[in-house]
This record gives sequence, C-alpha cells and structure tokens, in this order.
Amino acid sequence: MNKQSNAYTIIYIIVLVVVVGAALAFTSISLKDRQNANADADKMRQILASVNVSPQAGQIQEEYARIIVDSYVVDQNGKKVEGDAFTVNVAAQSKLPASERLLPVYECRLDDGATKYILPMYGAGLWGPIWGYISVDSNGSDVYGAYFAHQGETPGLGAEIEKPAFSGQFAGKKLIKDGTFLPVAVVKAGQHPQGDEDYVDGISGGTITSKGVGAMIDNCIAPYDAFLRNLNK
Amino acid sequence: MAEKIDNKEVFFNPFSKNNPVVVQILGICSVLAVTAKLEPAIVMGLSVIAVLAFSNVIISLIRNTIPTNIRIIVQLVVVAGLVVIVSQLLQAYAYDVSKQLSVFIGLIITNCILMGRLEAFAMANRPWPSFLDGVGNGIGYAIILVIVGFFRELLGSGTLLGYQIVPQAFYNAGYVNNGLMILPPMALILVACIIWVHRSINKDLQEK
Repeated sequence: MNKQSNAYTIIYIIVLVVVVGAALAFTSISLKDRQNANADADKMRQILASVNVSPQAGQIQEEYARIIVDSYVVDQNGKKVEGDAFTVNVAAQSKLPASERLLPVYECRLDDGATKYILPMYGAGLWGPIWGYISVDSNGSDVYGAYFAHQGETPGLGAEIEKPAFSGQFAGKKLIKDGTFLPVAVVKAGQHPQGDEDYVDGISGGTITSKGVGAMIDNCIAPYDAFLRNLNK
Repeated sequence: MAEKIDNKEVFFNPFSKNNPVVVQILGICSVLAVTAKLEPAIVMGLSVIAVLAFSNVIISLIRNTIPTNIRIIVQLVVVAGLVVIVSQLLQAYAYDVSKQLSVFIGLIITNCILMGRLEAFAMANRPWPSFLDGVGNGIGYAIILVIVGFFRELLGSGTLLGYQIVPQAFYNAGYVNNGLMILPPMALILVACIIWVHRSINKDLQEK
C-alpha cells in the first residue's frame, strides 16, 4: 500500500482522531463525578472563606453543612423565589438587568451563634474573570468578611486581591448609611470617593483589577438593596 | 537505524551531558512559569515525564505507518490527547495543584522537549529505547525544575512544600523574604547559574 497517497493519509488521520477522541471521551466521562465533587468542594471552601472559616482539606463538606444553615434565592425586591442557591450561575446572572436576576443568599451561623449572610459576586479584572463572596452581619449593613479570587490577574499586582491584606479591609465597612444603600468603593490608596460611601484602598500597580473589584461590588451587591434593607429594619 | 543504541546511555545522557534544559535550552518557558513553589514544580515534572514517555512509546509503535507529510500533526494529536488526559486526572485527584498549574499543563503540548524527542528519537527507534529516552529526558527536565523550585520557594517564601523552613527568629532579627525570587525573571537567572555551574564541571560542553 502506498503510504504517501492522499487516500492513505486521510484515512490514517481520521482513524487516529477517532481513537484519540474516544480515549478522551472515556477519560472525561469516567472522571466527571470526581471533578464536579472537587469543584463543588472548592466553591464551598470559598464561601466559607468569606466568613473567615478555613476547614482542613478533607472536612470542607462537613464544615459547610454545619455552618451554612440555609441557602435560598431572592429577587430584586428581596422576596424568596424558586431555585437552588448553590447551582445558580452567578457569572450569567451578573450580566442580566437587575430586575431579572436570581440572587443567591447563603445564611450561615457561626460558632458564636451570630448569623451572617453571604452574597456571591462575579466580574471582570484585567486579564480575566474575578469573583468573590462578601458576608454581611444580620443587620444587613456591616460587612463581616470578604473573599476574592481571580483566574489570571498579574502575580504580585492584580493577583493581590486574593490576599487577606486586601480582602481584610472590607470587615466593618457599612453598606447602608441613613437608610440608603451605598456599595463599598475601591479607590487608589490615599484617595477618597466622591460620595460618602465607605471605601477600601485598591492595589498599587493593580489599578484595573482594583476598579474591577469596585465595579463587581456595585453590580452584584446593589440588586440586594431591598433584601439588605429588610434585614436592616 | 544502523548504529547500535545503548539503552543505558539513552536513559542517563539527558540527566546531565545532554540535559534538555541546561544543555539544549529547551522548555525554558514552563521552567519560568511553574517554579515559584516546589510542589507545582514536582507535579509539572511528573506530568512531563508521563506525557513524554507515553507519547514516545505510542509514536515509536506507529512510526512505520505514519505518512511523512502529516507526521507533525500525528505527533501533536498524540501529545495533545495525552496532555488532556493528564490534566483531567489532575483535576480529579490533585485539584489544588491543577489550579496552581492552570494553563501550564495544557501548554506541555507546546513544550519543545516533546516535539524534539518525538522527531529526533521516537520516529526512528523501537518502543523500549523510546520509552527510556522519554523517561530520561523527562527526569532531566524535572531535575532542573525541582532545583529551581527549591531555591525560589526557600529564598522567596521561606518555606518548602508549604512548610516553614526559615525560623521565625530570623524574621525577628530583620531577615526578609526575597520578593524578586517569586517573579519569573529570577527563574531565568537561576537557570543561568545552573548552566554556569554545569559547564564549569563538564569542561567538554564549553564552546571554544
């Protein structure tokens, strides 16, 4: 058989691609469950990180089940709607107009008995997506903790948003002042926002990522306005 | 191939005399990217050993059937398939490390060491020597990764594999971690230092 003929070449590559494709499909299907479990555990770890709980690697599910006592989806008016908070795609929701969004809320009870509400966020940094969770006290206004993560921000600059040095600044900031809802702003170190909202310092050299965090908080926490003010009453 | 292949030489040469990183200067990109910590460096080294060994064997097994005009495509399909399998396995069994390595596992596909070994060795040799050649070159690559990762983590973060090595007393006395070690340029400088030491020991590698 002539190995240099076109027919041989075409048949050869088709067979090869089918064989490799089948091998990949088999690997993917047989590992899917484990990968999903890992991704879910990682999401639980991030949610817990926003209330400063960091369980050991093997105990994430248990800790999550113990601390997160309830989770539900609310709409823009703060009313509960149908849906499973954990499976809501925050990335897709953050692009919808506020009135159409499904807004997940995780209610958690800490060891000292305090109740916190954890709200997910999703936005854009400089190179790729950034996301995070912010936890709010039961009065609906005081920020208790925050967790940020990113896909590919510059190490040492924008990537610093995932460090406690940045996320720790959010603790104690107020989202509601005199009955009005004002998201926490992220500004350059040493500057102030124009309004009287609370603010944190951005990352030097990570300006676009810092602005992304500010925009993400604006976009993703603002629709919770009614929900938070109901708590604040 | 008329000349006789010495299996021992095939396996051990890439460790030092013909090291893919410090002698052939291949695969530098991933050395810069994944060596800020020791653990991802080790996992990356193991992944490359696995992909290189198996792609060498597979290509060697089918080397006589591959049409010459599409041989690079065939090599890429085999390598890409193996890399995706490794990446899936890491996501299932070593999720944290796979997150740290992120795109660099995928980029093994473009690692010049792989294409180099497939073209230069596996296309012309039997499966067993090809397997040894793949493992040998993979280890040669991994050694350099681990050496660079060791120094970068120790001097840059004061830890090894996440465990604190530099005692707190040093920090109290004014010692600070070298932030430059964490950044990619330092990997290049460290690789250069390794090449310098390596060539001083092996005089026959020095260019006239």
